[in-house]
Amino acid sequence: MLNITKNTNGTELLIGLEGRLDTVTAPSLENELKGSLDGVDSLILDMAELQYISSAGLRVLLSAQKVMNKQGRMVIRNASEDVKEIFDVTGFSDILTIE
Amino acid sequence: MSVRELTIEAKKENLDKVMAFLESRLEELNCTPKAQIQISVAMEEIFVNVASYAYQHLKNIKEGPGMVSIRVEDTEDPRSVAVTFEDSGIPFDPLSRQDPDVSLPAEERGIGGLGIYMVKKSMDHVHYEYKDGKNIMTFRKDL
Repeated sequence: MLNITKNTNGTELLIGLEGRLDTVTAPSLENELKGSLDGVDSLILDMAELQYISSAGLRVLLSAQKVMNKQGRMVIRNASEDVKEIFDVTGFSDILTIE
Repeated sequence: MSVRELTIEAKKENLDKVMAFLESRLEELNCTPKAQIQISVAMEEIFVNVASYAYQHLKNIKEGPGMVSIRVEDTEDPRSVAVTFEDSGIPFDPLSRQDPDVSLPAEERGIGGLGIYMVKKSMDHVHYEYKDGKNIMTFRKDL
């Protein structure tokens, strides 16, 4: 189960993630992002309520990062220690901007 | 020691059932949230791997996907949880894959092998064998 909330403020897009980003739910985030990044120069992913992430979720974050590298920046906010640990193990801490 | 077992069709649509089976047990065992996530991620990665590859050759046949048996065993002294997957699919050792280079910049990153890499890194023991026509994959986390 993954709830996605979207808030646009000019060219900034804030996406809130609540629940699990796994094999089952990752495609819904991927689709959501696909149609939303045109003209966005600042993508903020709020993970305060994200409990879980697997490699399927990392895959979506990586492709979003690649898109945003070309047109602006992407920032991860409020990730839990457990989620951050997964970013560390996979080297994602080095390619994501984690605040 | 106690053992729980689930035998289920190896298809991604069953992931939620597989995770519910595991997580209800992990809660009873009072695992730390960190261990719980690590074991859950390992479970998902291996299950999805089996669901994606083990029965590829049956994809277009009526019999549909084959089965996978998942056994969750816990021990008390020392405290640990071990999970064993058994399927009768194509022999395939996921551990033989080369680890991804996790130091590359985003542009050069592929995503292949990342799931298995996470399992290797977060579990205390990971083992694969092909025996009696079955892929047998085990991982263990010390609590």
